[in-house]
Amino acid sequence: MALLEKRDSGAVLIVDRYSKVEEDAATPESGDVLVSLERLEAERESLLARADSVGVWLRSDQSPSGLADDLGKIELVALDFPVFSDGRAYSSARLLRERYGYRGELRAVGDVLAEQLGFMLRSGFDTFEMASPNALEEFATIPKEVRVVYQPTGDGLATATELRLGT
Amino acid sequence: MGQVVIASRLSDGLVVFLRDKADPSGGAGNGRADWVLQLADAEVADDDSRAAELLALGEADGAAIQSVVDIYLIEVEEETGQLRPTKAREAIRCFGPTVRPDLGKLALAERALAAGN
Amino acid sequence: MYHYDEYDHALVKDRVAQFRRQVERRLSGDLTEEQFRPLRLMNGLYLQLHAYMLRVAIPYGTLDSRQLRKLAYIARRYDKGYGHFTTRQNLQYNWPKLEETPDILAELAEVEMHAIQTSGNCIRNTTSDQYAGAAADEIEDPRIWCEIVRQWSTLHPEFSFLPRKFKVAITGSENDRAAVRVHDIGLIMKHGDGEGAGEAGEVGFEVIVGGGLGRTPFLGKTIRPFLAKEDLLSYLEAILRTYNMLGRRDNKYKARIKVTLHETGAEEFARLVEEEWAEIKESSLKLPKPEMDRIAAHFVPPEFRALESRATAEEERAAGDPAFASWVRNNIVEHKASGYAIANISLKPVGLPPGDATSEQMDLVADLADEYSFGEIRVTHTQNLVLPHVERSRLPELYDRLLAAGLATANVGLLSDIICCPGLDYCTLASARSIPISTQISERFADQGRLDLVGQMQIKISGCINACGHHHVGHIGILGVDRKGEEHYQIQLGGSASEDASLGKILGRGFSADQVVDVVEQLVDVYVELREGDERFIDTYRRVGQAPFKEKVYGTA
Ligand code: SF4
Repeated sequence: MALLEKRDSGAVLIVDRYSKVEEDAATPESGDVLVSLERLEAERESLLARADSVGVWLRSDQSPSGLADDLGKIELVALDFPVFSDGRAYSSARLLRERYGYRGELRAVGDVLAEQLGFMLRSGFDTFEMASPNALEEFATIPKEVRVVYQPTGDGLATATELRLGT
Repeated sequence: MGQVVIASRLSDGLVVFLRDKADPSGGAGNGRADWVLQLADAEVADDDSRAAELLALGEADGAAIQSVVDIYLIEVEEETGQLRPTKAREAIRCFGPTVRPDLGKLALAERALAAGN
Repeated sequence: MYHYDEYDHALVKDRVAQFRRQVERRLSGDLTEEQFRPLRLMNGLYLQLHAYMLRVAIPYGTLDSRQLRKLAYIARRYDKGYGHFTTRQNLQYNWPKLEETPDILAELAEVEMHAIQTSGNCIRNTTSDQYAGAAADEIEDPRIWCEIVRQWSTLHPEFSFLPRKFKVAITGSENDRAAVRVHDIGLIMKHGDGEGAGEAGEVGFEVIVGGGLGRTPFLGKTIRPFLAKEDLLSYLEAILRTYNMLGRRDNKYKARIKVTLHETGAEEFARLVEEEWAEIKESSLKLPKPEMDRIAAHFVPPEFRALESRATAEEERAAGDPAFASWVRNNIVEHKASGYAIANISLKPVGLPPGDATSEQMDLVADLADEYSFGEIRVTHTQNLVLPHVERSRLPELYDRLLAAGLATANVGLLSDIICCPGLDYCTLASARSIPISTQISERFADQGRLDLVGQMQIKISGCINACGHHHVGHIGILGVDRKGEEHYQIQLGGSASEDASLGKILGRGFSADQVVDVVEQLVDVYVELREGDERFIDTYRRVGQAPFKEKVYGTA
């Protein structure tokens, strides 16, 4: 599994500084942790008061709306694609970025395939956990294969309409 | 009643059937897969164990060479000297669309015969 | 009609290059079939019973002659010389080779066409009224909005992996020829009433959600009586986002928005959509006036000549030629411009597969479009073609040309104008064949006098429960089922896809393939016997109910 972070040109490999806290384990005293939404809700006070970073991991059926008030204190939101065809996380990502103003790391985890990177980037993801051995190479080329976009999203790319009207 | 391995050819999607190149008479099943266009040229497995061998051979070939997809077994029977799948769906796959007899596999076979090969 | 600008061209070209690379990776074994399948499906390429099938979008059913010639050329060069027009204003090629598909897509891109999103759980080709821009009863040309939706939905980053496929239809007329009530979203253009639902005189949309056929058919429900044009995309985005988050993903038979709406309740669903919409209504999705105007400018009507409404040439010919008179009566529709007519070209000749056209026929229709119809052709969801703007005085010439090519079947809207899916002759999901049933029916009712006598009638045939042949909304609907490996057929009565939309009811136990035609004939006989005045089959059925039909077919009520 490789963790990639997007750059202006392609992506770089980064080290995952978070340790994921499994369901039945206790939250470690220190260090950067990635916890489930359930754990965040159960241990909200202590988690948000930590000196180290806290990330939260959402299943595809969990809405990010409950996080809105805490986003200033959360440094990573990981959204799961249990299978590539489950597209709920695209909506969650856009809500986090465009509605709740989240500026921290937004990570795509699960069945993250190169062919979907373009959609993910447009929806606001900036890090990607990928199983492909060629992830870096794929990242450098595939998302740029189709250059025109029609839909305004939070990524700031000029849409065809904006280019036509020069706005 | 017998069984035949059927698949779709990757390059053009045409229906193909398996023939065990090394050992057409049955046996060890360590042969080489040969995919043919006509049901009449396929190997018919007389029992379940040979059918399983053939299917394994076809699947292994599909995985290794990637030249065929959707590999499975169908039941066939002989009717007046001609092999016929027992199910309507598979019969249509083997012989082509019933509403365009000019385009199906039988037409293909007839054209090949007429051309003398 | 719409013409691509540099951005539209660039997108489609990039997409072809991308698919070319994907196909290369597949053929070299770099991608497995599991990895490749979703990629090819996103480009409209299926693997069917005999070969691949490529589904090409004909956006909102509008073609020009250059495009139709290209479709003919592709059929000849890359396929077996014919194509199949579907019930969703698409064209299907039944025999393309995987290796050549990128070349086909490149050919299509040259004439501003593509196969993007003709498959997969995404927003599909937006369909519309085949008479758009020509119909006398139209409020406004709906294709402007179809094109806006086409662009917005193309490669939408958020909505390319929905719970299930998603179909939008738009009609610009109150006489619904686009079957909007059986679509995931149906939009009907209408005038505001000045009392809360839009300004008086303003044109906007009634928004209908949650219609659909398939295993559990539903008619859509109105969730907003009036939507202003500039808000179209923000409202659609709100509906799609609500559905994307809420739609079921545990069971593909419950994943369509019709089930979401049913399980959530239409009012609650509408509330959620409105809540979401309130957040994005004023976003950059609001359509800028210049962009609406730019697209609308592509749909200004051609310059019609000032003509007398009656054409002597037509009337004289009709008086002496009953076959021509039948053709005019059945295939010709009133045009909004005086002296013009809308000419339907039936693709339902006796004994041949409905919706199929050969390369030669497509070429001919393209030529005829140039000569008689400003180069325009339409494709209907009833699987016919249309020349939308023909001078009435030239109808006799046009008829002769069509007749010579076997394209003058005078049965549009009649019993043998059957909607029929490919069924088990081609489709890998099918339970039974549908085309042979339809050809048998058309042979049984080949006599023009009898067809005319029976009058307006819709028979619709699907080869399986997926209902691509819209059997739920046929006056007579026929559904193929698999009974222990044998083909079997269920019959339903009383459906309609028009503005009086209704779903058919199953008549009773099913029939074998060789019984179906006789049963259809019995049903027709009952109707002819019981009808009053100029009632259509559906009117009589609605008046007398199922009992007399049942009695005739099964011997008991
Ligand atoms: S209704 Fe069924 S058989 Fe007919 S085209 Fe659709 S999926 Fe295939």
